[in-house]
Amino acid sequence: MALSNIWIVAEPSNGSFTTTSLELLTQGRSFGATVSAITWGANAALASVAGEYGATTLYDVGDLGGALPGAPVASALAALVASVGAPDAILIPTSYDGRDIAGRLSARLDRPVLTNVTGLNDDGGLATEHPIFGGSQTVKARFTGEGPGIFVIRAKSFAAEASGGAAASVVAAPSGDVGATGGAIIAATHVEERVGPKLEEAAVVVSGGRGLGEAEKYALIEETAKLLNGAAGASRAIVDAGWVPYSHQVGQTGKTVKPTVYIACGISGATQHMVGMKGSKNIVAINKDPDAPIFQIADFGIVGDVNKVLPALIAALKARA
Amino acid sequence: MNIVVCVKQIPDPAAPQSLDASHNLNRSGKLILDEADTYGVEMALQLVDKAGAGEVTVVSMGSAADVAGLRNALAMGAAKAVIVSDDALRGTDALGTAKVLAAVIRRESPDLVLAATESSDGYTGTTPVQIAELLGLPSITFAKSVAIDGTTVKVERQTESGYDEVTAPLPALVTVTAGVVEPRYASFKGIMAAKSKPLEVLSVADLSLAEETGPAGARQVITDVVVAESRTAGEKYVDEGDGAQRIVGFLELIKVL
Repeated sequence: MALSNIWIVAEPSNGSFTTTSLELLTQGRSFGATVSAITWGANAALASVAGEYGATTLYDVGDLGGALPGAPVASALAALVASVGAPDAILIPTSYDGRDIAGRLSARLDRPVLTNVTGLNDDGGLATEHPIFGGSQTVKARFTGEGPGIFVIRAKSFAAEASGGAAASVVAAPSGDVGATGGAIIAATHVEERVGPKLEEAAVVVSGGRGLGEAEKYALIEETAKLLNGAAGASRAIVDAGWVPYSHQVGQTGKTVKPTVYIACGISGATQHMVGMKGSKNIVAINKDPDAPIFQIADFGIVGDVNKVLPALIAALKARA
Repeated sequence: MNIVVCVKQIPDPAAPQSLDASHNLNRSGKLILDEADTYGVEMALQLVDKAGAGEVTVVSMGSAADVAGLRNALAMGAAKAVIVSDDALRGTDALGTAKVLAAVIRRESPDLVLAATESSDGYTGTTPVQIAELLGLPSITFAKSVAIDGTTVKVERQTESGYDEVTAPLPALVTVTAGVVEPRYASFKGIMAAKSKPLEVLSVADLSLAEETGPAGARQVITDVVVAESRTAGEKYVDEGDGAQRIVGFLELIKVL
């Protein structure tokens, strides 16, 4: 069975789609299948972006009226499957809302959902790859049931490349019946200001962990990142401890980064963390413990106290400026 | 305010992990309460305490050969535990697990269902929302704070760029992140009390779900498990006051500086 029909859940973001959505559109297109995107609050700009990345149709769930997307988008997808038939696969970005949509759709359609996908190959069907144990092993799997297969795909698994296609035609998705499940409503949104490049896009990422000793020392991470024109990241341990906001977290439950260089400061290298940064081109680690797992994947390691090495590094970088 | 908390007993994450011959996670060793679940248990205890009435029930699926993790939740203060344990459930996927847990939760008809955002061993992160869909409940995932206001749950939910204030009418399901509250340690009194608290072990037959669970219900085959292309350790130096200069040298070498 060749792949003929693929749907991509494309999450709107600032007048375009999230980067992961664009990566999925690009990958869907590479299979030579007919690609349709599903979004909410569609407009001419989104139709143009969807077309540029290879979608011919953009199904629009409409204005969500402040509701969290999970329930309304999943019910619209289920209604769409019922009205136009099931595609071979539905690809969904790994994100807060993406996982909500995937879980609800899975239960609605009674289809399994394959998560943490980092590789997708067409060999007469869809074969998937999933990293396990912090990325040290790869599980290869295949969806065997009746379609559609639901796949939740991690950020940066594929490149995003525009194909220059014409704007997708916008089609209203049938509204599904959400009932009580649609009751979660966003009352207010808070955006945390951050300066410098975005964590996911920066060429240099400097991340701090528990080895910093206390929350105030995170300023060393921010200053080093700034001097290198990079972004400041964090391990889950110090995010959980409340030292820095969640938006800084790199790892399994945080962001996936692939910078030119990743500088891990006082991070031991839990598998949770490694999965989010081991795709970096170069890894530098500073840690007091010579046996810390982070050194096993670091191209360049300094066994030492981050609170001594970082101030010296900051001074050296300032001296060059 | 009656609250159900979904919990999972997992192999100690500090111990080496491996897959068995059928590509399932090897769970033959000692099992512990997933640390990610302790936050939900604590949150539930605090919410019931604040409401002034009600109780916390923990529900789980997996081997009941070792129930130390569930006893731990009871020692923290949960009133009772229910675990569905059955050999027929080996190889069950996230949706199958959600069906089993939803069937148990339906019997309890709670005001609120809490779960972790994902387990620390399988981390699919979809089971709670699947449960919500099966039970017809609204859900709010990735909560960093949870409060009850009358018949509404108010949540601060993490987003890519900050957080949203999200509300839903009860009954509802909420997933909590680590750090939402500081889990208590079980007191000696709590540990003693836990020994006599109800811990019910159910089989699939008790729930009449057999056709939908186990590897057949998973509808996914693992074709291979391979060692991933691994990074190798590079140079490593002990800092003797020259660590920063060495890093500058490396950054120059890779042309970042």
